[in-house]
Amino acid sequence: MISEHPIEGLEISMNDLMLQLPVLDTVAESKKAEASSNPLTSDEIRRKLSTSGRQYWRSIEELADSEEFDAFVRREYPSQTSVLIDPVNRRSFLKLMGASLGLAGLAACTVQPKEEVIPYIKQPEEIVPGKALYFATAMPRMGGAVGLLVRSNEGRPTKIEGNPDHPASLGATDIFAQAEILQLYDPDRSQTINHLGDIRSWGDFITEITGRVSGLKSKKGAGLRFLTESITSPSLAAMMKGILDDMPEAKWHQWEPARGNSPFIASQAAFGAQVNSLYRFDKADRVLALDSDFMMGSDTSVRYARDWSQRRKVSSSSTDMSRLYVAETTISSTGANADNRIAIRPSEFEPFVGAVAAALGVAGANGQAVSPKQQEFANAVAKDLASAKGRSIIITGEWQTPYVHAMAHAMNAALGNVGNTVFYSDPVEAQPMDQVASLVDLALDMQKNEVDTLIILGSNPVYSAPADLDFAAALKNVPYIVHYGLYHDETAKYAHWHIPEAHFLESWGDARAHDGTVSIIQPLIAPLYEGKTAHEVLTTFTKNPSLQGYEIVKNYWTGGAKGGDVDRTWRRAVHDGVLANTQIATKTLAPAAANAQPSITPANGFDIVFRPDPTIYDGRYANIGWLQELPKPITTLTWDNAALVSKATAEKLQLHATLQLTGGEYETDVVHIEVDGRAVNAPVWIVPGHPDDTITLYLGYGRTNAGRVGNELGFNAGRVRSSKNMWFATGAKVRKTPKTYPLAGTQIHFTMEGRGAVRSATFEEYKKNLDFVHEKKDEEEPSKDNSLFPRYEYKGYAWGMTIDLNSCIGCNACMIACVAENNIPVVGKEQVLRSREMHWIRVDRYYTGAAEDPDTYFQPVPCQQCERAPCELVCPVDATSHSAEGLNDMTYNRCVGTRYCSNNCPYKVRRFNFLLYQDWTTPTYKMMRNPEVTVRSRGVMEKCTYCVQRIQNAKIDSEKENRRVRDGEIVTACEAVCPTDAIVFGDINDPMSRVARLKSDTRNYALLGDLNTQPRTTYLGAVRNPNPEISRIHVKQQGWEQSS
Amino acid sequence: MSNYETDAAVLDAPSPPMVNRFGEWLIIAPGHTFDSITEKISNVVLQMGTPRWWFGALLIGMAFAVGLFFALTVLVFKGIGIWGNNEPVGWAWDITNFVWWIGIGHAGTLISAILLLLKQEWRTTISRFSETMTIFAVMCAGLFPIFHTGRPWVAYWLFPLPNTMGVWPQFKSPLVWDVFAVSTYFTLSVVFWYIGLIPDLSTMRDRAKSSVVKKIYGTFAMGWRGSTRHWSRYETTCLLLAGLCTPLVVSVHSVVSMDFAVGIVPGWHTTIFPPYFVAGAVYSGFAMVLTLVLPARKLFHLEDFITMRHIESMAKVMLATGLIVGYAYVFEPFFGLVYSGNRYEKFLILNRAFGPYAPFYWTLILCNVITPQFLWWRKIRNNIVLLFIISIVVNIGMWLERFVIIAVSLHRDFLSSSWGAFRPTIFDILTFAGTLGLFLTLMLLFVRAVPTIPMFELKTSLPQAHRVGHPEEGTFEEEVAS
Repeated sequence: MISEHPIEGLEISMNDLMLQLPVLDTVAESKKAEASSNPLTSDEIRRKLSTSGRQYWRSIEELADSEEFDAFVRREYPSQTSVLIDPVNRRSFLKLMGASLGLAGLAACTVQPKEEVIPYIKQPEEIVPGKALYFATAMPRMGGAVGLLVRSNEGRPTKIEGNPDHPASLGATDIFAQAEILQLYDPDRSQTINHLGDIRSWGDFITEITGRVSGLKSKKGAGLRFLTESITSPSLAAMMKGILDDMPEAKWHQWEPARGNSPFIASQAAFGAQVNSLYRFDKADRVLALDSDFMMGSDTSVRYARDWSQRRKVSSSSTDMSRLYVAETTISSTGANADNRIAIRPSEFEPFVGAVAAALGVAGANGQAVSPKQQEFANAVAKDLASAKGRSIIITGEWQTPYVHAMAHAMNAALGNVGNTVFYSDPVEAQPMDQVASLVDLALDMQKNEVDTLIILGSNPVYSAPADLDFAAALKNVPYIVHYGLYHDETAKYAHWHIPEAHFLESWGDARAHDGTVSIIQPLIAPLYEGKTAHEVLTTFTKNPSLQGYEIVKNYWTGGAKGGDVDRTWRRAVHDGVLANTQIATKTLAPAAANAQPSITPANGFDIVFRPDPTIYDGRYANIGWLQELPKPITTLTWDNAALVSKATAEKLQLHATLQLTGGEYETDVVHIEVDGRAVNAPVWIVPGHPDDTITLYLGYGRTNAGRVGNELGFNAGRVRSSKNMWFATGAKVRKTPKTYPLAGTQIHFTMEGRGAVRSATFEEYKKNLDFVHEKKDEEEPSKDNSLFPRYEYKGYAWGMTIDLNSCIGCNACMIACVAENNIPVVGKEQVLRSREMHWIRVDRYYTGAAEDPDTYFQPVPCQQCERAPCELVCPVDATSHSAEGLNDMTYNRCVGTRYCSNNCPYKVRRFNFLLYQDWTTPTYKMMRNPEVTVRSRGVMEKCTYCVQRIQNAKIDSEKENRRVRDGEIVTACEAVCPTDAIVFGDINDPMSRVARLKSDTRNYALLGDLNTQPRTTYLGAVRNPNPEISRIHVKQQGWEQSS
Repeated sequence: MSNYETDAAVLDAPSPPMVNRFGEWLIIAPGHTFDSITEKISNVVLQMGTPRWWFGALLIGMAFAVGLFFALTVLVFKGIGIWGNNEPVGWAWDITNFVWWIGIGHAGTLISAILLLLKQEWRTTISRFSETMTIFAVMCAGLFPIFHTGRPWVAYWLFPLPNTMGVWPQFKSPLVWDVFAVSTYFTLSVVFWYIGLIPDLSTMRDRAKSSVVKKIYGTFAMGWRGSTRHWSRYETTCLLLAGLCTPLVVSVHSVVSMDFAVGIVPGWHTTIFPPYFVAGAVYSGFAMVLTLVLPARKLFHLEDFITMRHIESMAKVMLATGLIVGYAYVFEPFFGLVYSGNRYEKFLILNRAFGPYAPFYWTLILCNVITPQFLWWRKIRNNIVLLFIISIVVNIGMWLERFVIIAVSLHRDFLSSSWGAFRPTIFDILTFAGTLGLFLTLMLLFVRAVPTIPMFELKTSLPQAHRVGHPEEGTFEEEVAS
C-alpha cells in the first residue's frame, strides 16, 4: 500500500534527522509550535525540498530552522518531538550527542583544495561504485613508521593493511595500525579550534599567533618552547629547524611517555654519538632478548616478528632451528614464545646480564653474585651464543638500564654479530634526545616562569609526565599555551588554544621507518572535523602562515620544482608508499669499553616494573573500544589494567582473584602500592612466569579526558612513576586492602586438561618423530566416510586454512583485523564480564608446566568450517548451511536466535548478539563500516566466514578473466595482518596451493579431530627448541587457574 | 434433582471409615449417592462462594504473572541479554524451565490416557485436576521456546508455514521436532480435556441459578442432553483420544530429550535420554499433582472423593518413576566413566559431581534419589504433610536435574579455553517465578470455574452404578445425569 503521505520516500531521512534534533533548542521550538497556527502541508514541504535540488541535506537543516518545518514535524511525528522534550537518560543522551556531534562533523566537510591522491593498484579514473581502491600511506609512530595500504570504499577509508613494499611492514600490521580506523572515525575526537572554551576559526588562530610570533622573534624566541613527540618526518623536522634557526632562543623538547631513554644514553656512551640499532633476525640462529619485547608494541615489531618467524618454520627436511632465550622482568609476548625463558626481578637483572657478559668474556662485566638458577641459565646461554658467533643477536628492551644496553652492545661486538646480524646506523629520528631529561628541563623552566609560550604538538604531558614533575601545576605558570592533539585531553584543559589534530589518514605528511626509508603520508579522506596537520600548525611560525599541508610536504620533497620528471617521481613515491633508496646506510661500529655501572639498587620491599599497556599503549588509544576490548595478549584481560604478580607473591600477600559464575568475571583483591611516598590502588592479577616479589604496572589507564569510552577505566600507574624511576622502582611497599574489584577476562581456564588442543614437541623430538601430533589414540581422526550421510564431493573450490602454531606469537592482531573487516561490535566491560565478547577469531593461550616456569602456547581459533558441522544439523530454520565450496555459511536475516548451533559447536566460535551491540546511530561509525559485510542486529548468531566477501570478490575477478582463482589471490583479514605468516588460506582442491601443501605436512592436525567434524581449518603442531642444558622446574602437568 | 435437605444430612454425617473390609483405602467415601456427588462437587463452584484465601492466592499469583509480563516485555525490547545466558552457556534457565514445565504436564496425560486404557478406576477423581494442570503447564512451557529466541517475532519460522520468503524449517533439527511434538501435545490435551468436561458443563448449566452463568455453561456444553446416543459417541471419542494421547506420553518428552541427545555436547549426547526423560517427566508430573491436590482437597473439603487411596497410588507411581530416574543417575556415570572411554564424558561426570556446580548436583541427588526412598514406608505415604513436602522436594529436584543437564554440561565442554559459567539475573528469576505465578493464577481460576472432579465419571465408581436389572428404574445414564 502506498501511503497518501506524499513524501513517503523521505520518511527515513526525516527520522534520521530527528536524532540530531537535540541541537535545536527544544524550549524555543515548543514556543514556536504554539505560535504557529498554520502548519505547512506535506505538499509544500515537498515543493520546498524539490526546489533545493542536490543540496538536500543543507536544505533540511534550513527547513528544520523554520517554524513551518517544526510544525510539520510536530504534526507528523508527535511522539518523537515529545521524546526530545522529555529528559533523556545518560545513555541515550550520549547516543544522541554522538549522533549530533558526528553530523556536525560531517557538516564541516568543506570543499578542499585540489590535492591529488594516487591509488596503489587501480587508477583513480576507474573508480567504480562498490569497488574498493587501495591507497598507500604510512602510520608514523614511536620514532618510526609503518607503511600501510588503506582500503577506500567510495572515498571512505575502511580497512588498513600493511604495505608489502615497506620495510617495517612487509604486508603485515599490528593491533595499533588496525585500530587507527576506529580512531579516525571516533566521534569523541576533538572537532573544533578552541580558545579558552570558545569555538574559533583557523583564521582567528593564524591572526593571533602571527602577532605573537613577531613579538617572539624580536626576543629571538626567548620563552618559546615546543613540546613534541618523537619526530621522524623529514619535512616537519626541517620546519622545526627553520623555526629554531629563526628564533635561536626557542627550545624544542620531546616526550614519548612509553619510550625508554636508555638506548640514547648507552649509545652516547658506547659510540659517542646517536646510533640506531638494527637487527636481522632472519640471519640469527641464537637470540637472547634481555627484557626486550621485540615482537610486539614497537614500530619495528612487525618486521622483527616476521624475520624471527622465518627461522622458526620447520619441515621434515629442517636440520636446525633458531633458539630464543628470553630473560625478563615481567611477562611479554616475546617471553611467551621463548625456547628458554627466565624471569628475573628488576633488582637482580643487571647482575644477571653481568653474569652472561662475564661468561662471554666481555671486559668490564660486573661479576656480581647471582642465584644458582640464574648462573646456570647465564652459563648455558653464553656457551650456546659462543657457539654461534656472528649468527646470534643480543637485543635489549628500550626500558632496560644503560648498563644492560652497554653490556648488550659489548656482547654483540664480542660475538662478532656487528655487521652480520646487528647493524648500526645514524638515527632516523630528526633529533634524538634524552626525552626524560628534556621534559624535566621543561618542567623546571616552567616552574621558574621562564616559559611564556608553550606549543604542545600531539603530546599529553599532563596525563603522562612523571608524577614528581607535577606538570599540571607547572603549566599554570605559562601564560600562553597552544595544544594540538587528536582529543581535547587532560592537557588541552590547561591550554589557551586547542587545535584539533588531523588524523594521519586525513593528512599529508612523511615519515621515516626504522631503517630510514621514507614514506609519503597521503590522506584517504578530507578531515572529518576541523583537524590541521602538524605542518600546518608549525607553518604559522613561518613567513607563510597559511600554507596547506600538501604544499608543504610536496615542496619539501620536490624543492618547489615542477615538471614531468619531478611530478612523475612524486607520483611514484605517493603511489608506492615508499621513497626508493632512502634507507640510511648502516655502519659497523665498535663500542667503547663499557664503563657503565648497574643503576638499580636493590631495596627491601617489592620491585615495580612499569610498561606501556599491551593494547592501549601509553594511553593514546584509551578511547578506542576495539583495543580496550582486545584481550591483553598474556592475561586476556579487557577494559582494565591490573597489578601483575606471581603466584608465590600472591600467596605471600594472600591475594586472590576469584572467578565468578558469570563467565568472564574475576573478583580480585585490590592492593595498595606505595613508591617513594606516592601511592596507587590496583587490582591484582596472578600470572604464571612472573618474577616473585615484583609487580608489573601497565601505563595508559586512569584517563580522565580520553573520551566517552576511555574515561575512568583502570588505574593510573603513572601516579607512582617518577622521573628517576621511569621503568623500574625498588623498595615499594605493597599491602592488601579489603576492597575487591571486578576484572573482565576472555579466557578463564589456561590448562589444556590433556585434550591436545595445542600439540607440541621439542625440535629433537620432532626430528625423531615427525608425526608427533598424531601420537595419541584418543585424538585419532576417524575415517572421513564415518557418517550416516553420504560424503559430498567438492568439485570446484574447497576453501581451507592452516594455522602454524610454531609461528603464532599471540599478538592478537588477527582478532582486531577481523573486527575491522567484519564490522564486529564492541560490547563493553559489562558484557565481557558475562562472557559475551563478539570476536570471531580468538587467540587461546595455554600454559603447561609449573606456574613458576610455564611454557606458553598460543592458538588462534576462528570458525573451523567443519565439513560435518554440528551447528548446521541443529539449526531449525536453516540459517546456517553448507556451501558447495565447503564454507559454513551464516544467513543472518534467517536466524531466529535459538543459539542451538552455538551450544553444539565444540569449538565455541559462534557469537550471539545477546543485546543490540552495534551502534546504529553514530554517523561516523556508519562511514567506518565495511560495506561488504552485513551489520548484524541483536538476536542473531554470527561467526567467522573465512572473509567470504573477499572470496567472492576474487571469484568475480577470476570469472571475468575466465580462470580459476590463483593461490594467494584471496587473503583473509587475519591472514593479511599476521606478521609471522602463521595463517594460510587457499583452495585445498588445488594440490599445488600453499594451504594444500601445508595440510600434507606431518605436523598438520585437526583440532578436536576425534569428533569427526572434519574441520577445514587445521593446525600445524608447535616445535620448540629449548636448550637441554637448562633445567626446568618439572611438575606433573597440573591445573593452573586464576582462582586457585 | 433431589431435594437438598436429605443430601445435606448425608454430607454432615460423621465420616464413616474409609477402608474396605480388606483394609484397602476406598476410592470414594461410603454413603455417597449420585446426588451427593453432584452436590458436593458442583457446590465448590456454584454454592460455596469465593473464600478469602482464594483472593489472597490469586493476588500473589497475578503479582508474579505481572512480573512475567514485565520481564517478557523488557526481553522483547532489549534482547535475551537481560538473562544470564552467554557463550558457552547458550541455554540455561530458559530451556531448563521449558523442560521442567513440559515434564510436569506429563502426569495429566498419563492419568487420563494410559490409566484410562488400563481401566484404573481410581484415576477418575484426579483426572480433571491433572489434565488441567497439563494444559497450564504446557502453556507455561510454551512461553520459553518462543521467548528464548533472539528474535521472538520471527519464532514462527519454526512452523512449516508456506511463505514467499522461502523460509522453511530444517527438519533435521530436533527443535523442529519439538515444535510438532509440543503443539500436537497441547492440541490433543486441550481437546481431550474439553470433551471430558462437556457432561459436567451440562450439569453445571442445569444447576446454575444465574441466567448469565447458565448461558455460559450452556454455550460450552454444546447442547449436551445426556441421551444414549450422546453417551455412546462420547465414550467412543474418549477412547479414541485416549488411544491418540497414549503415544504422546512417551513421544513428547522423548522428542524433548532429543534436543540434547542429538547434540554432541558431553552430557547431552546419550542414548538413554528418551526413556530417562519420560520417567523423569512422569515423576515430576505426579509430584506436581500431589502438590496441587493435597491443599485443594483440604480447602474444598474433597476428602471424600480424593481419598488416601488416590494419594497413596500417586505416591507409589512417584516411587516407581523415581527409581527409574535413580537408575538413570547410576547409569550416566557408568556410561561416562567406564563404558564410553571418552575423555570428554569422563570429565563431564567428574565436573558435575566436583566442579563449580557440584552443590546443584548433590542437591539433585538428595531430592530425586534419596527423598523418594521414604515412600517405601506406608506410614509416610499416608502422611499428608510429609507427602506434600516430598512432592515439593521432588519438583525442586527435577528442576535441578534439567539445569544440571543443560547448563552444567554446556559450561565446560570440549575446549578448556572456552569454558565459562552461568549466573542467573533478576530477569531469569522474574521469568521463572512469573510462570509459577501464571500457573497458580490459572489453576485458581480453574477451581472456581469448572468442577475439579469429573462428577459423572466419579459416579461410575459408586456401587449403584454397577447394579444390574430393574429396567423400570431408568437407564444408567439417566441416573448419572440426574
